[in-house]
Amino acid sequence: MIRFESVTLAYRGAGAPAVRNFSFHVEAGRVTGLVGPNGSGKSTVVRSLLGWLSPSSGGITVGGTDLRALSRRDAAARMAVVPQREEPLFPVSVRDFVLLGRFAHASRWGALTAADHAACMRAAEQADVAALLDRRTDQLSGGEWQRVRVARALAQGGGALVLDEPNSYLDIAHEMALFELLDRVARSGVAVLLISHQLNLVARFAGHIALMDAGEIVAQGDPATVMRGDVLERVYRWPILVTRDAATGAPTLVPMRDRSPR
Amino acid sequence: MSARAIAILAVVFAASLLASLGLGAVPLSPSDLLAALRGEGPADAIAIVHTLRLPRAALGALVGAAIAASGATMQSALRNPLAEPYLLGVSGGAAVGAVLAVAVLGGDPVVVAISAFAGAIAAVLLVLGVARAAGAVGHGGTLVMAGVVIGAFTNAAILLLLARASAGQTRDALWWMMGSLSGASWGAVQWLAVGLVVAGAALWAIGRELDVLALGSDAAAALGLDVPRATARAYLLAAFLAAMTVSAAGLIGFVGLVVPAMARTLGARSARATLAGAAVLGASLVLLADAVARSTVAPSELPLGAITAIVGVPFFLARLRALR
Repeated sequence: MIRFESVTLAYRGAGAPAVRNFSFHVEAGRVTGLVGPNGSGKSTVVRSLLGWLSPSSGGITVGGTDLRALSRRDAAARMAVVPQREEPLFPVSVRDFVLLGRFAHASRWGALTAADHAACMRAAEQADVAALLDRRTDQLSGGEWQRVRVARALAQGGGALVLDEPNSYLDIAHEMALFELLDRVARSGVAVLLISHQLNLVARFAGHIALMDAGEIVAQGDPATVMRGDVLERVYRWPILVTRDAATGAPTLVPMRDRSPR
Repeated sequence: MSARAIAILAVVFAASLLASLGLGAVPLSPSDLLAALRGEGPADAIAIVHTLRLPRAALGALVGAAIAASGATMQSALRNPLAEPYLLGVSGGAAVGAVLAVAVLGGDPVVVAISAFAGAIAAVLLVLGVARAAGAVGHGGTLVMAGVVIGAFTNAAILLLLARASAGQTRDALWWMMGSLSGASWGAVQWLAVGLVVAGAALWAIGRELDVLALGSDAAAALGLDVPRATARAYLLAAFLAAMTVSAAGLIGFVGLVVPAMARTLGARSARATLAGAAVLGASLVLLADAVARSTVAPSELPLGAITAIVGVPFFLARLRALR
């Protein structure tokens, strides 16, 4: 659904490109994880999907069409993105906020149809925020706010869903509920791209993972291929023990205490 | 907005209109005013209402509505609740145009109006050009920086022009900068009304875009908005409205900054509701301020731009708790 082929991404005026030789497929029907240390280039990849920077070489396609050939509106109708940070200037009701997810589908005047309202309700129920619809966005807890943003992305529809750190501020239950939700969304045929620092959860839910370091993919494949102690230690520059979870069989990371003398 | 908020807006506007038509060097009671409006009663009252106060009230209402709608648009487009119509070079450009007209072109009111409008539009295009050259029209902070720098440049130009002007020209220029509706005529009302209807309809059309822009540039792009284009579109419309008001009535501060916030405290959440509420409140505030400006030291007048702030601040402070 979303395909990066040998993509190089560079910021204007910056010396070295932020992302190099990036080849990565986000296929429909599964959760794909993109992980890596801070500054490894993950958010630059998201910025390229938002149209803020175009590849200086290589190409990005969404649903088979070059992203550069799509208008912002057409891109948003195919692919919903939940950006890492967002602070509305003025508080609005949760209902109106989720309805903004239909912007790419509405007429130029922004007129909404019954189908738009139905999509909004469905998304709110899926993300477990139906009870919050009449609240204001400035009256939500951090976890509620994240779920409301996911609801807006679900209302947006399209074949792909990209989430940049959606689980920050979430407690264990809400974090698990969010990952279960993404799993269900993926099983319904959507291509889900998840950027997260929660490596253990990514390893459990993602069918395919790419690990980035310093602007390049250093490993990609199924969780067992990528989540290897030697690879992760080199990338994160920290001692990491990888075990296998007895209950789930998924690779499980344990960052070790620093035993070097201070 | 709730029915209660709409009722409040209607009452505030009606009261401001009555004050504007009734107060002045010759105060008229509401009954005398209504009679004069129907063409009954003393001839001088009829003449005052029909030839002086009605065009002035119409111009004041249009100027107030336009400047408040301009401010509401700027705040959404620049994603900054402290943005106001004069932030991005409109006032500086208009003032350079007006001072140039007063100091060099003879100071005919029509020439001053046209020159101020041209100055405002030139400054706005310059700001947009600078932001575009920096590749950051979609970035509110860059537009504001460009506006502030062009504003500093226009201030310097005004000082240079005034340094070469006579005392009379300097006084005329200063009066213009303080804002006044004293030049009101039906002609001015007509073209401002046409401009306001056209720009207002365009703003209404991009109302949903303004809602999306207010979420921030990443979220707006994610939802399908071409952020640089939408920002430029909103900014140009807001600047056009502000430029029309300065050419008609000079610089009137405070309204564009604070009235949109007051509309939000009345429950306006969407950009369209804020635009509509701010337009009515802005019209009311300018009408009320003009009534005060004309009647306090009658028969002379106080500067309207100062009175809008003096009248508006107590209202604003009373609503401050709701301003969150």
